[in-house]
Amino acid sequence: MKITMSRRAALGLGGAAVAAMVVGAPRGAFAKNDHADLIKAFTGGKEPTKGKVKLDVPDIAENGNTVPLTFSVDSPMTADSYVKDVLIVADGNPRGGIATFHFTPSSGAAEASTRIRLAETQNVIAIAKMNDGALFIDSKPVKVTIGGCGG
Amino acid sequence: MVTRRDLLQLAAATAAIAGAGGGWSRAFAQQRLSQADLLAFEPLGNVTLVHVTDIHAQLEPIYFREPAVNLGVGGAKGLPPHLTGRALLDAYKITPGSALAHALTDEDFVALAKAYGRVGGLDRIATVIKAIRAERGERMLLLDGGDTWQNSYTSLATKGQDMVDCMALLKPDAMTAHWEFTLGEERVKQLVDALGFPFLCQNVRESEFEDEVFKASETFERGGVKIAVIGQALPYTPIANPRWMIPHWTFGIREKELQAEVEKVRGEGAELVVLLSHNGFDVDRKLAARVKGIDVILTGHTHDALPEPVRVGNTLLIASGSHGKFVSRLDLDVRDGKVKDVRYKLIPVFAEAIAPDAEVAAAIAKHRAPHKAMLAEEVGRTETTLYRRDNFHGTLDDVICDALLAERDAEIALSPGFRWGATLLPGQPITRDDVYNATAITYPAAYRMTMSGARLKDVLEDVADNIFNPDPYLQQGGDMVRVGGLAYTIDIGKPIGSRIGDLKLVRSGAAIVPDKDYVVAGWASVNEGTEGPPIWDVVFAHLARLKTVAPSGSGNVKIIGA
Repeated sequence: MKITMSRRAALGLGGAAVAAMVVGAPRGAFAKNDHADLIKAFTGGKEPTKGKVKLDVPDIAENGNTVPLTFSVDSPMTADSYVKDVLIVADGNPRGGIATFHFTPSSGAAEASTRIRLAETQNVIAIAKMNDGALFIDSKPVKVTIGGCGG
Repeated sequence: MVTRRDLLQLAAATAAIAGAGGGWSRAFAQQRLSQADLLAFEPLGNVTLVHVTDIHAQLEPIYFREPAVNLGVGGAKGLPPHLTGRALLDAYKITPGSALAHALTDEDFVALAKAYGRVGGLDRIATVIKAIRAERGERMLLLDGGDTWQNSYTSLATKGQDMVDCMALLKPDAMTAHWEFTLGEERVKQLVDALGFPFLCQNVRESEFEDEVFKASETFERGGVKIAVIGQALPYTPIANPRWMIPHWTFGIREKELQAEVEKVRGEGAELVVLLSHNGFDVDRKLAARVKGIDVILTGHTHDALPEPVRVGNTLLIASGSHGKFVSRLDLDVRDGKVKDVRYKLIPVFAEAIAPDAEVAAAIAKHRAPHKAMLAEEVGRTETTLYRRDNFHGTLDDVICDALLAERDAEIALSPGFRWGATLLPGQPITRDDVYNATAITYPAAYRMTMSGARLKDVLEDVADNIFNPDPYLQQGGDMVRVGGLAYTIDIGKPIGSRIGDLKLVRSGAAIVPDKDYVVAGWASVNEGTEGPPIWDVVFAHLARLKTVAPSGSGNVKIIGA
């Protein structure tokens, strides 16, 4: 498996746990998130089908700087039928790209776990491209809180 | 109000009714309340589960007023535990003015509190537990739902040792946790290692590889029945409390892992599966409908007290209140791996009716002795009831917010929506003990900073969504952050970003401007390195100047859509 990853995701993986301010730094105004363009480039404009790919992220992130993400794609991973690429994007970060994972039949299974960085509450989207060009999608919202008052 | 007619209906032939004050006479109330009556229970079956939770380190009896406002959203709207006051009494057919009515609601609180006296006290809880153990012997299992080791002066000063030592005398079989984690990883491990009974948290994992940090479950044999107890810590601990204190641990509900654990213990022969939970009631109600194979969920965290179990499918949910005010007794008849029958009593611990257990009383006295004179020192007086519970404001937090505004010279004060903190009655002196009972935490710095109007709204929106998101799995428990110097409206039915409106400075009536900066003081920030004096010193300084406080409790929050 080969992974290409955005600088932002790589920083998230670095794992230096910087505490999110409860009442501190303001949420800045960011440039328009480019996740839609990235999806379009990946799919060639074709609409992916819901299913096959399963994204596992927490409902609420304990730490937006390092959010655990796991995905798996239902595929026999044989020479005739396998997952080629999986694109992960987020629709609320300053930049939409998180990572693209590349598989071959010898990967055995199309699944991976990593940590990603999320700047605020948003959707994380995974799109799998099969060797025959078929596209599958899953999407999950992740809440990134400013801080709680539980007790 | 308790009417004269209510009183007459209730009065036993021998009881006398007070003339003055419109309330009950002490003699009358106490004549009606006896330890034997409070403990009376016709035993059933072969297993007795005894549950205490959310004691919040209250070793001694206190007053505790239940909320008047505790709104449910989504599927929980209008359902227990979101019934308060008269609606709760009507739903459970409880006689107004009765001891149970007083224990469960804020109805006519002051008069009834004066009549029935204080509640809780770990020595009284010990008496109740020892009596049940004497009766049920090896059929009994004692389970502590957590929030036990913190939020009093002595628990802070001893880093939870006072509670661990005193609880040990009650011989619990297992516990789970939440505020315990605010003692930090190292101290928690140290206390757990010497505990002598399991500290169960299936949903706490080491953050790199998600290995278990604590045991997920423990199996017991009671009354010939194999019982598996699975522990569930507060899933949102690293969000609701400082994550930097537990940097190597990750939480979450971990529903899939919980289901797997239930199947594992069933496979190993468990005939009764109990979830000892600190999820909060609405989270557990949702979980009960999704995770199969749990017989009983002993709920905690949200401090709800319900006189009857709530049934979801084949799962019974028990809500045992907080602050040592109640002990739950659940008798079960378990045969052939099935629960055939149950009987339940939420036992109110009225401190004047239940005799203190001498052994535990001595242990409490020993822990408090070095600090007794300091804690008893009067630092002020209140003319109105000081309480914390209610979704949006409490008079106790009004005092804290006023102290922050005055002593830290701020325009706006924020106080966290903690649900713990004892109640004080009008006319009662405020002691140092009382102030610590409302503020004792390991991250007490009272910060002062500037915040833009937009940021302020974001903070309120964020906290509101933690409480009023219609999906219980996104609710963290706790109440709305309390505000001083600021007024706003909230429409709890709206989504995040559009609940909060009409923000105004109370003093001038001026609208809050998004890109203008305001001076804000608050406490209990979850950020590492927050600076400021401990909140209790801020409150002491304020009371020293004012001498007397009298918050009206009217609040600055207008609620829509409830």
